[in-house]
Amino acid sequence: MAAPSVSCGAAVPYRLFLAGRVSFAREQGLWKAAASGLQTGTRCQILRLKHSPAVTTKKNVAALRRESYTVDFIKKQIEEFNIGKRHLANMMGEDPETFTQEDVDRAITYLFPSGLFEKRARPIMKHPEEIFPKQRAVQWGEDGRPFHFLFYTGKQSYYSLMHEAYGKVLHAEEWQDQLRAKGLFSEKSKSKDPIGSRWLIKEELEEMLVEKLSDQDYAQFIRLLERLSALPCDAAEEEFVGRFRRTVTVQSKKHLIEPLQYDEQGMAFSTGQGKRKTANAEAVVYGHGSGKIEINGVDYLLYFPVTQDREQLMFPFHFLDRLGKHDVTCTVSGGGRSSQAGAIRLAMSRALCSFITEDEVEWMRQAGLLTTDPRVRERKKPGQEGARRKFTWKKR
Amino acid sequence: MVRSGLPAPSLRTRPRGPPASAAALRRPQALGCRDPGPACSPPPRPDRSARILSEPLKHSDFFNVKELFSVRSLFNARVHLGHKAGCRHRFMEPYIFGSRLGQDIIDLEQTATHLQLALNFTAHVAFRGGIILFVSRARQFSHLIESTARSCGEYAHTRYFKGGLLTNAPLLLGAQVRLPDLIIFLHTLNNVFEPHVAVRDAAKMSIPTVGVVDTNCNPCLITYPVPGNDDSPPAVQLFCQLFQTAVTRAKEKRRQLEALYRLQGAPGPHPADPAAPGAPSPGAQAQLGVGHSP
Repeated sequence: MAAPSVSCGAAVPYRLFLAGRVSFAREQGLWKAAASGLQTGTRCQILRLKHSPAVTTKKNVAALRRESYTVDFIKKQIEEFNIGKRHLANMMGEDPETFTQEDVDRAITYLFPSGLFEKRARPIMKHPEEIFPKQRAVQWGEDGRPFHFLFYTGKQSYYSLMHEAYGKVLHAEEWQDQLRAKGLFSEKSKSKDPIGSRWLIKEELEEMLVEKLSDQDYAQFIRLLERLSALPCDAAEEEFVGRFRRTVTVQSKKHLIEPLQYDEQGMAFSTGQGKRKTANAEAVVYGHGSGKIEINGVDYLLYFPVTQDREQLMFPFHFLDRLGKHDVTCTVSGGGRSSQAGAIRLAMSRALCSFITEDEVEWMRQAGLLTTDPRVRERKKPGQEGARRKFTWKKR
Repeated sequence: MVRSGLPAPSLRTRPRGPPASAAALRRPQALGCRDPGPACSPPPRPDRSARILSEPLKHSDFFNVKELFSVRSLFNARVHLGHKAGCRHRFMEPYIFGSRLGQDIIDLEQTATHLQLALNFTAHVAFRGGIILFVSRARQFSHLIESTARSCGEYAHTRYFKGGLLTNAPLLLGAQVRLPDLIIFLHTLNNVFEPHVAVRDAAKMSIPTVGVVDTNCNPCLITYPVPGNDDSPPAVQLFCQLFQTAVTRAKEKRRQLEALYRLQGAPGPHPADPAAPGAPSPGAQAQLGVGHSP
């Protein structure tokens, strides 16, 4: 092993991985293996002539590009990673034994500061298991006999999963028949899928099985699981089904509704903030009022002489049928008249959420009243007159 | 681990295999020939393994598969019931006993003979460590057949059969894959009542096949056809059980013979045969007979 030649400021003697995959010793596909088998001259049983790697059609090039990493290569990478981690710890002056992955990440961002926007393009140093895609080990032993009993189907993990699930369905149906025979069967409806969980998506299942699936395969599998979950089953089967469900973050969590606040007179009020282009607004909506709106100390009729802007202010109240019922005091800065109106509208809608029911909040959200408008001014580009407008094209 | 034992032949000269009593083995060279190059290692004691492999070939029914079934048990499992006369395949006419009320009845005497041959061949293949693949395309029995295959340590394919699975195996399954040495069809037809693609592909790849052929099936390309019912659950369960027993018995016998020969060390079988479950009587007698001579 080479002595660790670490000079201060020298890079870690471990290959860092940039931008996704490293195209390493690319195997030229299966043809090369067969061709080399022919060349060695012994015992190539299937004597058909394979086409040579030099002549490849476009279709085959795509197939050849599928990189495969041998087990030894991965093992070597893991060793190099561990050694490199220790070197890095020494370099940073920390204890190599207690150097966690977070420390590694911090050290790399310190040693290799990168201004790239794409996070995946920055230098990373992670365990090879996370970098190299998971692959299948060789599926058969020394005598050539495959390990899995469904190897010859081509999709052994998927079909063995289907086999197992169907076995559980049969078992559950048998159990149900036994209960019926004893007269102990009761039609109890189980709410098997509450809102908090969903089935695995196809990509997740493919990743779990390390196998490509088609849409029909996936649909069949989900159908079988639904059938299984509809039957009365015991803890083992529930655990089996649970492996293929994922919790889903409930939608409403991201929208926190502020509770009402009360001022000295006992009047309920609520504040909200809004942005539109470069305008920032903060609005305070009072529970009871006559529909007065005050902006930066000025009445809204004077602040917004244009009807369109006043209509924007009116929209949230009109939507909830509370036109003359609330008083609003707001401050706004930045932007132009239209963006200030939009910012105040957003601020008012957010403040109003505290006064109304959850259903009405959902309606407001669907109407677009609670969403910040992401449109900002696009920059002018060199070689063009504006953001999109090009210079006048002259034929000659 | 001892592999299926004939030394792998070179490409030019292929040994004709063991003597004529191996006529039942239609492909003696294929089992050794099919193994991949790098994995091929010569067995530790060539004369011992050759003796182990030649031992079953000296008897017509070394594994005593005849006792596993009888015409009465086939009848009870409704193996004799065929399809309606309109569905009859021309090449199945020799195997049909007659027709009752429009339904064809399969001749169970012939079935018994064919089944005995098929089970014997299966047992010999399993004895020599061959890969056995159970193929069927009936959804009703898919789970049963896969469980049968798993329980006897062999392989099953009861799913959609991809086009070049046997003929283009290096691409689909891996570069140095070993193809099955025997394919057992429990249903010769696929779900649209056409012959299963694997029948033709196995014939192309010189893989021997055993198949349960019903009155609407084509028995032509199948090496060991077994005329019988493939639609009733009792019949299919009986066939699965028979094949499973044959395979497990053969593997058990192999293990016993290997242990026996390893223990004694000297060439020639030991006169005192340890008690083995389901030990065939002709085999035991032959061993005792041989053991008397020094």
